[in-house]
Amino acid sequence: MSILVDENTKMIVQGFTGKIGSFHAQEMLDYGSNLVGGVTPGKGGSTHLGLPVFNTVKDAVRETGAEASILFVPPSFAADSAMEAADAGIKVCVAITDGIPAHDMIRVKRYMRRYTKSEKMTMIGPNCAGIISPGKAMLGIMPGHIYKKGNVGIVGRSGTLGYEAASQMKALDIGVSTSVGIGGDPINGSSFRDILSRFEEDPDTDVILMIGEIGGPQEVDAGQFAKENMKKPVVAYIAGLTAPKGRVMGHAGAIVSAYGESAVEKVELLKECGVTISKNPSVIGETIKSVLS
Amino acid sequence: MDIHEYQSKEILSEYGVPIAAGGLAYSPEQAAYRATEIGGDAWVVKAQIHSGARGKAGGIKVCKSEDEVAKAAEELLGKKLVTHQTGPQGKVCHRLYVEAGCNIDREIYMAFVLDRQKESVTVVASAEGGMEIEQLAIEKPDSIIKIAVEAAVGMQPFQAREIVFALGLDKSQVNQAVTTILGCYRAMRDLDANMVEINPLVVTKEGNLLAVDAKMGFDDNALFRHSQISELRDKSQEDIREMNAADRGLSYVGLDGNIGCIINGAGLAMATMDMIMHAGGEPANFLDIGGGASPERVSKAFNLVLSDDNVKCILINIFAGINRCDWVAEGIIQAVQKIELKLPVVVRLSGTNVEQGRKMLKDSGLPLIMAETLREAADKAVAAWKENSK
Repeated sequence: MSILVDENTKMIVQGFTGKIGSFHAQEMLDYGSNLVGGVTPGKGGSTHLGLPVFNTVKDAVRETGAEASILFVPPSFAADSAMEAADAGIKVCVAITDGIPAHDMIRVKRYMRRYTKSEKMTMIGPNCAGIISPGKAMLGIMPGHIYKKGNVGIVGRSGTLGYEAASQMKALDIGVSTSVGIGGDPINGSSFRDILSRFEEDPDTDVILMIGEIGGPQEVDAGQFAKENMKKPVVAYIAGLTAPKGRVMGHAGAIVSAYGESAVEKVELLKECGVTISKNPSVIGETIKSVLS
Repeated sequence: MDIHEYQSKEILSEYGVPIAAGGLAYSPEQAAYRATEIGGDAWVVKAQIHSGARGKAGGIKVCKSEDEVAKAAEELLGKKLVTHQTGPQGKVCHRLYVEAGCNIDREIYMAFVLDRQKESVTVVASAEGGMEIEQLAIEKPDSIIKIAVEAAVGMQPFQAREIVFALGLDKSQVNQAVTTILGCYRAMRDLDANMVEINPLVVTKEGNLLAVDAKMGFDDNALFRHSQISELRDKSQEDIREMNAADRGLSYVGLDGNIGCIINGAGLAMATMDMIMHAGGEPANFLDIGGGASPERVSKAFNLVLSDDNVKCILINIFAGINRCDWVAEGIIQAVQKIELKLPVVVRLSGTNVEQGRKMLKDSGLPLIMAETLREAADKAVAAWKENSK
């Protein structure tokens, strides 16, 4: 097993026929993802990459039975597309888009509260690399070949830092059950805690790597959750030791504005929760190896 | 994006927030004229810089005559003010706001923030105004009132009333205070602000409310739909390098160290900087050139990092995923050939086609220091910096 996506998950691309959407759709197909079509308003009825194009997500879900979607929609329209996916019955939606206004994300999160738990969509991102269950499926923009199939779950904010960790693991022959990028924005679809709880229930995941950074309460929240509700070990690395207070470090959410949000403070609070800390980014793979053995 | 106090006040006053009479001045003569225009017998001359804690830095002067106003203006215009928010380099004051003085009875703290925990706008208020919120949270945590706003319906009058009564305001001030609170919320929501702070919100001896200081910050990601806010940008308040970087689509933050960083991805950039610190060095900057790492971006990044005279060594760390290492290597070679490189450059590539990328860099004949792992890259950069600083 794995979490969120596997080889059977039927996927569509929102923003399918654009340059970026087309490129990554092809990459996902090449990886073996079960892509069944895409949505571009106004281009319904045509075919793209050998797959059907629909005007609305509802049409796509009705015709293909799609359960998951990935958004390559410009920031000003992305919140609308996410809500469209939620309303059409999509169960997992990855928003790759960087630059969605924070107030739009507040509205998206509020909108999704209208669904019951069983109907509710899980949103991943925005501003993230997406999801990969190695050897099974990719709903994201990562280079698939750097992930080896295995029993470590990865959840992180950053794209390239996540790749760095996966590469270190692969070099040590450690594999990944699923890797989830929750993105660098201050308000996001799924939190570290949300993903940890899924990994805890996944029989194929034995250890979880959490790659956090400065800013916001989510890493420490997840540490509390791990302490109170999890049996599986959690390894964490928190980036941003050298970040000055009050400055945005690239990711819109990477800003220290309150106590508990700096890297040093997060590391201390996570240690108190029993989380194993990778003390620098070059030993992430080694730290996981020692926890696995 | 931050704006000035006077701009925040203009916006908030349109939303019903009470402010004192005031006017903008660019010269001492204009400041004195503003004082005459406003009338009364006391004025406050306030340096307009993008920072709080201006009072402690000498940026706010209370004056009793028009001559004093002119003198205060003379002193403040062109002056560099250093606060704990500006950093040691400070910010230069080019504009003044002259405002009618008031008789303060009590001061209240009020702010509207994006609450990442509750994923909503949250109002934070305290009857202990005048202090900064960080200080309040440590010294008087019980005085802090917090109310989260339900995004679907927006802030409701009962929520504003709960705050007003918790602050212990007099019943004659309730309506004005409720209008103020609801107005701030609407301004925040309508204009995609990520912060509205009134500190202090004053109750005058005459029993009126006045926003004596006001600060607004806006979500850069939403400026595309608020051209009237974008126009308020004051470039003189921004770090020139950071501004140049932003204009070129790069994300840069200047720091105090000597090792210049060129990295793709914000998380990897922070991690590489951490690694430099572990190796005994200090990064000169945060720089994310984006996932793509195209030759143009690498080239722009070099120029940007080299514009910092403190840089004694450059560390490039690129993880090439979809875009292969050979393509990134080509970009680095092109960029380095274009500039006259006087500093040691450590390059670490990883990801797709890494062997081919490393070989190209080696064969280029350029004096690049190659590293394979993150640790090796940081160690070599620190060693090169020490060597170059001798």
